[in-house]
Amino acid sequence: MGPDDIVLRVEDIHKKFGEKVVLRGVSFSVKKGDTVVVIGPSGTGKSTLLRCINQLTPPDMGRVFLHGEEVTNSGAKISYFRQKIGMVFQNFFLFDHLTALRNVEIALLRVRKMDPKAAREKAVYELDQVGMSDWADHFPAELSGGQAQRVSIARALAMDPEVILFDEPTSALDPELTREVLEVMKKLARTGLTMVVVSHEMGFATSVASEIIFMEGGRIVEQGPPHILMSDPAYPRTRKFVSQFADLAGQRKE
Amino acid sequence: MVEVTGVLMEWAPYLLGGVSITLGMVGIALGIGIVLGLPFALVQVYGARAHRICIGAYAWFFRGLPVLVLLFLFYFGIFPALGLDLPAFMVGAIVLGLRGAAYQSQIFRGAIQSINEGQMTAALSLGMTRLTAIKSIILPQSLRIALPGWSNEYPEILTDSAICYAIGVAELLTRTSQIVSVTYITMPIYLFCAVIFIILNYAGMWIIQKIELKVAIPGFGAGAG
Repeated sequence: MGPDDIVLRVEDIHKKFGEKVVLRGVSFSVKKGDTVVVIGPSGTGKSTLLRCINQLTPPDMGRVFLHGEEVTNSGAKISYFRQKIGMVFQNFFLFDHLTALRNVEIALLRVRKMDPKAAREKAVYELDQVGMSDWADHFPAELSGGQAQRVSIARALAMDPEVILFDEPTSALDPELTREVLEVMKKLARTGLTMVVVSHEMGFATSVASEIIFMEGGRIVEQGPPHILMSDPAYPRTRKFVSQFADLAGQRKE
Repeated sequence: MVEVTGVLMEWAPYLLGGVSITLGMVGIALGIGIVLGLPFALVQVYGARAHRICIGAYAWFFRGLPVLVLLFLFYFGIFPALGLDLPAFMVGAIVLGLRGAAYQSQIFRGAIQSINEGQMTAALSLGMTRLTAIKSIILPQSLRIALPGWSNEYPEILTDSAICYAIGVAELLTRTSQIVSVTYITMPIYLFCAVIFIILNYAGMWIIQKIELKVAIPGFGAGAG
């Protein structure tokens, strides 16, 4: 793998809110087509890390690169980078006054200034990708959580991003809706989309991730391919965290 | 009775002229109110601290004084001091408008703040600038939410407009009083004036309601939970 394959590189990100230190130097990189899943206990800065990547929360220190171009301190060019770094949120954040189709279309029109007909076609295509084309004319309030999340994935996809950041995309959903969203994400992973996913879905992490990153206390404790990290973690802390999930699933092996 | 009807018929064109002056004043005032009130609201939500304080002081001033005091202050004080020789009609429209802007900025501010912040975040994450996000995402929603509250502004300003009688604007009440003083018929003519105000009031509110229905979105806004 040459450096050209690195889509996203995060270097030594630090962030604190007031006195509370949230990130204490996080570095990792994501190769093209990879799905990196970030796991770890609540409050360890996973979501903040994602928001530091696209500068929704500018980091105090450290740098982020997209295809070797610096995203941090990019000034007005940040909106260009944000087009290339999609984001999917725990609570969907669909635009409530727009139909599903218009939600997907609006950034194509207002940001990429696409021709209305081409934008419409692309929006229809992306909705189809997430299995939501039958719901194109419905407003967010008329959609289930799983449907809303799929529309928000289509909205991110429409910008043809280099990488999509998923911030706990299924944490607000019940198990059934979780599954329909994870199915879409698995499909996207298979088609070669580059993804960074903060999630508590261990099954998803194990089956889809190219690499799992375990974070705690604002640092990366351990990272590696899922079969190693989930079955034979090097650090006791990771072992403990992972085994809790095995416990829940009733498959603990001593 | 025949006499009263005859008098009313005779003076009706003069009264209707008053109606158009009243409506003109209210229209300009509402316009000033939106044109200033909306940016003021945006500054209050998104602006720098110093700017927010300025807008706060503005709203504090215009909401704190009676309309009549404001009218006298501007008509006899501030505008002449600035060397502006404005007709009473314009002074009335401007004062009602500036005062309306203070109230409307609060209505719009509340509506903007009621839009969940995540939508702004989502818009930025798609590469929209803050300004584009405000125009494409925040305002279309907050204006719909503001509409029911804003629709109170029309009857407010319409009824307040009669106070411009005090600086001699030839609006509906002024002309009614003139007719009374010429004809010595009191009750029927004031009653007629009152009926016209009521018609103007409810006709306007009816139109605003139609607009509200037209822009309504399923599951969204004041009508939804």
